[in-house]
Amino acid sequence: MEADLIIKLDGLKKHYPIGGGHFTALNGINLDFARGEFAALIGPSGSGKTTMINIIGSLDMPSEGRVTFMGYSIGELNAKSAALIRSSKMGFIFQTYNLLPVYTVFENVELPLLLLGIEKSTRKKMVRDAIEWVGLTDKIKSKPPQLSGGESQRVAIARAMVKKPAVVFADEPTANLDAANSHHILQTMEKLNRELQTTFIFATHDEKVISYVRRRIYLSDGLVVRDERVAPQRTEV
Amino acid sequence: MVSLRLALRNILGAGLRTWLNVIVLSFSFVVIIWHKGLLDGWDRQAIHDMIEWEIAGGQYWVNEYDPYDPFSISESHAPMPEELDALIRQGEITPLLYTMGTIYPNGRMQSILIKGIEPGQEIIAVPSNLLQSGPDEIPAIIGTGMASSTGLKEGSFVTLRWRDKNGAFDAAQVKITGIFKTNVPSVDASQIWLPIDKLRDMMLLPDEATILICRDEELGTYSTSRWDFKEQDELMVDLKQIIRSKSMAGLFIWAILLMVAMLAIFDTQVLSIFRRQREIGTYVALGMTRRQVVTLFTFEGAMHAVFATVLGAAYGLPLLAMQAKRGINLPVSSEDYGLTMAEKLYPVYSLGLILGTVIVVVIVTTLVSYWPSRKIARMNPTEALRGRWQ
Repeated sequence: MEADLIIKLDGLKKHYPIGGGHFTALNGINLDFARGEFAALIGPSGSGKTTMINIIGSLDMPSEGRVTFMGYSIGELNAKSAALIRSSKMGFIFQTYNLLPVYTVFENVELPLLLLGIEKSTRKKMVRDAIEWVGLTDKIKSKPPQLSGGESQRVAIARAMVKKPAVVFADEPTANLDAANSHHILQTMEKLNRELQTTFIFATHDEKVISYVRRRIYLSDGLVVRDERVAPQRTEV
Repeated sequence: MVSLRLALRNILGAGLRTWLNVIVLSFSFVVIIWHKGLLDGWDRQAIHDMIEWEIAGGQYWVNEYDPYDPFSISESHAPMPEELDALIRQGEITPLLYTMGTIYPNGRMQSILIKGIEPGQEIIAVPSNLLQSGPDEIPAIIGTGMASSTGLKEGSFVTLRWRDKNGAFDAAQVKITGIFKTNVPSVDASQIWLPIDKLRDMMLLPDEATILICRDEELGTYSTSRWDFKEQDELMVDLKQIIRSKSMAGLFIWAILLMVAMLAIFDTQVLSIFRRQREIGTYVALGMTRRQVVTLFTFEGAMHAVFATVLGAAYGLPLLAMQAKRGINLPVSSEDYGLTMAEKLYPVYSLGLILGTVIVVVIVTTLVSYWPSRKIARMNPTEALRGRWQ
C-alpha cells in the first residue's frame, strides 16, 4: 500500500526573518510519504509541524531544499498552479474548523467542488455522500454557529474529503474537541483512509491522535528526531 | 462564474450586515437623484418662467440699449421700425420703453426702472391688462417684491419723477392698479410698469421704444439698421451662467452624497479584510486563486450597489414620480430668497439622470470594493488562516 510515493522532502529548510536575523522553523528535513499513509508529525509548539504541512500544502514556500508533491516541485509552482493542485489533490482540516459561517453544512462541503467546476447533479451527490460519511445528514441545512465543535470538525472533514483528494492535511484537528468527539472524528478519518486510500498527515501533539496513526514522525527544533511505523494503539474514550 | 455565485451566497448569507448596507446605499441613490432632479427642475422652471415673463420668442434691442448701464438707459430709444409695423399691430411683437426714474414711497427716495408696456399685449405674462384707471390718473403695476420693499399696495399713490427726452425733470402721482406675483426678479425688482403710451407722452417720445418683444423666434429675421435681434439663448446667457455655477455646487453636493455612500461600502470591505481573514485563508487553502478571491470581494461590494438599485427603485421611483407630479412646496418665497424660485418646485427626473446615477454608483462601488480587495491579494495565506494579518 505504501509503495506509491506521493510526497518527497529533500533537505527542506524554512527560515523566517525576525528582527535583524532569522528564525529557522525547519532545518533540513528529508522525508517520504506514500499513498494511503496515516501519519502524524508530532512535536511541541514551534517544532515545525504546521510549517511543514503548510509547505507541502503549497500554502508556503520552502527557503531551501526541494518538496515534491505528486511530481510537482512545490517551490517552483506559480500561485495559479499551486491553487489548482490544492483544489484538486489536497484537503485541509484546521484546528479551528474554518467553516464559512454564512454557509449551510451543504454549502460548506460543496465549496471545493464549485471551485473544481463539477456539474450540479454530480456535485449534489458527492456532497450528500460526504456528509453521510461523517454522519451529519440530519444537519445538512444547519449553519456552523448551530453545530457543536465535534459536528463542525466533521463538516470540515467532509469538506476536505468530498473531492476525494490524494492527501489530507490535518493541523491539530482535535485540539478543540473533547475526548469522545476526538475519537469519533479520528475513527471517521481512519475509515476514510482505509476505504478511499487517502493519505492523511496530521500535525499534532495530542495523544489520542498519536494512538490512531500508523506512522509517527517526531520533530524537535525543526529536525526529524524519530520516524517510526507502528500498529495503532487506540485508547478508549 | 464561481466568484459571482459565491459573492451572491456570501452577501445573502451575511443577512443584516448586507441589508443595512443596501438600505444606506439605496437611500443615497434616492437622495442623489432627488437632489439632482430638484436642481434640474429648478433650472428648467427658471428658464421657462424667464421666457414666459420676460424674453418670449426673442427681442429686438435698440442699438444703444445696455441693460447693465443705468446711465444710458434713458437715452436708449428709437422710433419703431416700419418693417415691423404690421407685426406690432397684429400683436405678434410688443414694444417696451424704458427709462430711469425715482419714486418716493413713504417719504423715502428710491431709484427705479420705469417700463412702458402695451396694456393689451399677450406676449409676456406681465399682467398689463391691470393698467386701467381714470382719465386723470397714471396707472402702474408692480411685482410683489417691489410692493414688499416699498410698502406700496393696490390703490396706493406714489410720486414718480422722471426726465423727458430733453432732460427736463417732471413728476406725477401714479396709482398702483395691480400687484403681480412672479418668480422672475428681473421684471419685479426696482421697477414699475406703466402704459407705454402714457410713458411716451411723459418722455415726449411718441412711437418710440427700447425693446421689441417677439412672440416667436421666427420673427427675428428682419434686418433693421437701429435694432438688433437677440435670440432666446443670448438673452438667457446670465441665467445659464447662474445655472452652470449652481450645477457645480450641485455636483459638489452630489459628490459628497456619493462619498457618504461609498464610505459605507469601503468600510464594509475594509472590515471584511480584518474580520474575514480566516475565511480568506480558507478560500486559498481550498484552491481559490488570489485573483478569484479579489474578484469575489469586488463582486460582493458591487452587488450591494445592484441590490441597492433594486431596493431604491422599489420605493424611490414611486416617491420621486409623485414629487415630480405634485411638486414640492417651498417654505420661502422668491423675493425672500433673492433668487428665481417658485413657491412650488417640480423636480425633473430624466432617464439620463437616473441611469447615469445608477451607472456611476455601481462603477464607483465596484472600484471602492476592488481597492481594499487588492490588499487581500498580498495576504499570506498561512497568516490569514491564523487571523494574524495586519
